Amino acid sequence: MLVGFGAERLGADMNRLLALLFHQGVLDEQFLQLQQLEDETSPNFVSEVVSIFFHESEKLLTSLRSLLMMVEGDHDQDHEGGLEYGKIGVHLNQFMGSSSSIGAKRVRNVCLAFRAASDHHNRHGCLRALEQLEHEYCYLKNKLHEFFQLEQQKVLAAGVRYPMNHYNNNININS
Amino acid sequence: MYQNGSTETTPFRVLVVDDDRILRKMHKMMLTRLGIEVEVAVNGKEAVDLHLAGASFHLVLMDLQMPVMDGSQATKELRGMGVTSPIVGVTAACAEKAAFLASGLTDCVSKPLTISKIANYLPAPSNHTNN
Repeated sequence: MLVGFGAERLGADMNRLLALLFHQGVLDEQFLQLQQLEDETSPNFVSEVVSIFFHESEKLLTSLRSLLMMVEGDHDQDHEGGLEYGKIGVHLNQFMGSSSSIGAKRVRNVCLAFRAASDHHNRHGCLRALEQLEHEYCYLKNKLHEFFQLEQQKVLAAGVRYPMNHYNNNININS
Repeated sequence: MYQNGSTETTPFRVLVVDDDRILRKMHKMMLTRLGIEVEVAVNGKEAVDLHLAGASFHLVLMDLQMPVMDGSQATKELRGMGVTSPIVGVTAACAEKAAFLASGLTDCVSKPLTISKIANYLPAPSNHTNN
């Protein structure tokens, strides 16, 4: 009987993908904490939180790039440059907070390095860190999209069982 | 529900103050799963306004960097108003932890927030027995 086999295989694929992301250091145990908040009363909690993270992160990345374009030269000590670096620091703290809360470990670590460069008004260091941050964020986003697609497919595949089980249960009740 | 030592059983109420939508959602879910009543504020001013309007909480979880009014200023104002509830700072900005604590916090923990980090400020659930 092949009913349900698809769901099991998809579940195994999901577990393999997660194991890979943990092994690569892309995610940490905080992602498991996030998953534990999901239950039958909030079945889409993880995907909702991650969607918000994607939306907010892209706004932050756009702001960070705009701010860096406004800063001229390394170790900019003038008033305006200091203001931009201050705003960069605020954005990075926000990014660090949200990434650490969903377990996005590599994204958070790059934010730390970025903030260090920003604290020293090191524009080149900041630009390198921003490129790395965009790269890590894109990788994370692609992999989590893959994970949620597998999850959706698994739900659909498992749904094929329900009519069979419901039919069998009714036969048992009525006999 | 949590026993508060009186003859009444009142829900344990926590105020989550954070401008980050993700963190408000996660922290609220984390606490709601424990049967705790949660209210949220998006910045320090909202937290102060809630108290001015007469709200009270058994615990306040306060982010540091927020627009309009940050966590330090909000904590100072709440203490100035006579709020004695535990106010626990929750911050990713470790370098500013000392200054944040000096504003009147009971404690300060690093993000990500976990229940174990604030367990000391959450009461044990009641045993639901009648005495």
